[in-house]
Amino acid sequence: MSASRVYVEGIGLWSPQLADFSALQTLLAGAMPTPPVRPAAATLPPNERRRAPESVLLAVEVAGQAVAMSGRDAATLACVFASSHGDQPITDYMCATLAQAPTELSPIRFHNSVHNAPVGYWTIATGCHAPSTAVAAQRASFGAGLLEAVSQVLAEQRAVLLVCSDTAGSGPLDEVTGCRQPFGCALVLAPRAGPSTLAQLDLRLTAASPDTPLDEPLAGWRAGNPSAAGLSLLALLAGGPGHCQLAAAATLGLRIDMENVA
Amino acid sequence: MPFPMTPLAVTAYTATSAIGSGLAAQLDALRHARSGLRPNDISSVPLACWIGRVDGVEDAALPAALASWDCRNNRLAWLGLNQDGFLERVRAARSRYGAARVALLLGTSTASIGATEEAYRRLDADGGFADDMLRPMIHTPHSLAAFVAAVLELEGPCLTISTACSSSAKVFANAERMIRLGLVDAAVVGGVDTLCDSVLFGFNALELVSSAPCRPFDAARDGISIGEAAGFALLERAELAPDAPQLLGYGEASDAHHMSTPHPEGLGAELALNDALARAGLDAAQVDYINLHGTASQKNDEVEAALVSRAFPPRTRASSTKGFTGHTLGAAGIVEATIALLAIEHGLIPGNLGGATPDPVCGAQFAWRSEQQRVDVALSNSFGFGGNNACLAFARAGFAA
Repeated sequence: MSASRVYVEGIGLWSPQLADFSALQTLLAGAMPTPPVRPAAATLPPNERRRAPESVLLAVEVAGQAVAMSGRDAATLACVFASSHGDQPITDYMCATLAQAPTELSPIRFHNSVHNAPVGYWTIATGCHAPSTAVAAQRASFGAGLLEAVSQVLAEQRAVLLVCSDTAGSGPLDEVTGCRQPFGCALVLAPRAGPSTLAQLDLRLTAASPDTPLDEPLAGWRAGNPSAAGLSLLALLAGGPGHCQLAAAATLGLRIDMENVA
Repeated sequence: MPFPMTPLAVTAYTATSAIGSGLAAQLDALRHARSGLRPNDISSVPLACWIGRVDGVEDAALPAALASWDCRNNRLAWLGLNQDGFLERVRAARSRYGAARVALLLGTSTASIGATEEAYRRLDADGGFADDMLRPMIHTPHSLAAFVAAVLELEGPCLTISTACSSSAKVFANAERMIRLGLVDAAVVGGVDTLCDSVLFGFNALELVSSAPCRPFDAARDGISIGEAAGFALLERAELAPDAPQLLGYGEASDAHHMSTPHPEGLGAELALNDALARAGLDAAQVDYINLHGTASQKNDEVEAALVSRAFPPRTRASSTKGFTGHTLGAAGIVEATIALLAIEHGLIPGNLGGATPDPVCGAQFAWRSEQQRVDVALSNSFGFGGNNACLAFARAGFAA
């Protein structure tokens, strides 16, 4: 099968250590970037930002960074938002409340608990009527989300915003999700090269094989958050050219060859 | 405008809901206006409402090799997979194409959150999960798709779509794109959602649950009845199965309006409808039947009825089947897609059960009682929280738009 080719126009990143993609570049160049306080999520109106749950702030922050870098109008982008576990503080709250006083469940926390809450808030904030989706694939959520985004870029010949983010674990749930810290990343992907193109990606499905190891100082990051699987590709985009291997599903691999453009 | 799509064959499909397990039971209940709703007997503490509970889920024990996946949602998935010869059809597709060339794309709203709720109800003395609940794979949204991948032994793309109540409609779109691009040769699509405290008490907190059986499009409707269901379909290239019904088109769009109420003019729903018709190469006048989202919430039904009135001629028939199954949330898309397919296959327009006193906003398109007539083209609407809208278009084998 021939490779699927898409072009990267924007990159977003947030973790407690890294405020954005340039902070990752700084880190990989051997310097220590200034850590951020919390995701600013400036795309949300101020009242929404105050009330929004953690999963929404994180996803909107990285989405906003990637779209700003691309120079595109957010309202025109189809959206694929991936997350392995959704909003864990809300899941923890819901399950704890249901165990003790189910009739006291908060209606707002309930509607914020849906997996598509981040993409819902994003489309509302940006006036985006394009198709939007929320997906999950356990430890392979980044690769599977990327495959879905690429299939939309190529099948519909339109630019797509991909976000992959997970909050930290919370309460007893943390024991089974093992998320030690939040992590989010985003890409704006386009079907054709243009003035905003940063890189060209050629993707091929492969048999399952181990993800490309991450070099220090990133080596341990993936273990602490499933969305950090995206770091293999982000590190490549920060340095490149080259290739990396990611899981697209538990039984399927994705090889990505990256070339810098511009 | 979207690209017109090459139709795909729906070579196998099945559904299990409160009106029964398998297609024959669904058809029989739809024909005879028999609701599957019953007084709530499942929440951990009493809640006065009606539910669409599937009989026999508790007895649908998983095979020993799959026991670590055990939870209500995966039992319902297992029960659903074992209807209508679906497992055999997937096995045949797997050997024809290869396990890595068949995608598995499943929608769910809450997956097996019921198991996580249970773990929290019986935490051990030190506040952690009890040993038998320390199974990470059932405490994640991907639980359903990962379980079904294990059952079907599929090794291709495997994705959970979780956009609330449009989830298992959108999977048809994912599948079409992957097949068109040659990433796979076939796709198993579908969805499963089970009754659990999260959705019963959650929708109750939003004051969206009726204390009586739901009454879609009735003037006195006062909320939804929540149900559970499993449904699956196998999609392949149409030239390989000229006698199978077809997926003609799909549309997806976002309201950009509110997290839990629809756009007042049904903007996203109309964009999704227009996109589906354009992709299918259809004119609205060619649509014989629409299975509506019709949840029996005040707002949804008002907005959707207005859309039907302005977009379709009086000859198009329309009904909600939530009065039969309840609102099966993330499984609603696939369950109602199978009802659209049954309408085509059996010439049955299901009546809009529960609408005894039609809301005056409803036009002549509404089928308040079941009707028997030829159906060549059927649509299915699915709308979810976050303003997430999907519309599917199906047609009889050999239909040319």
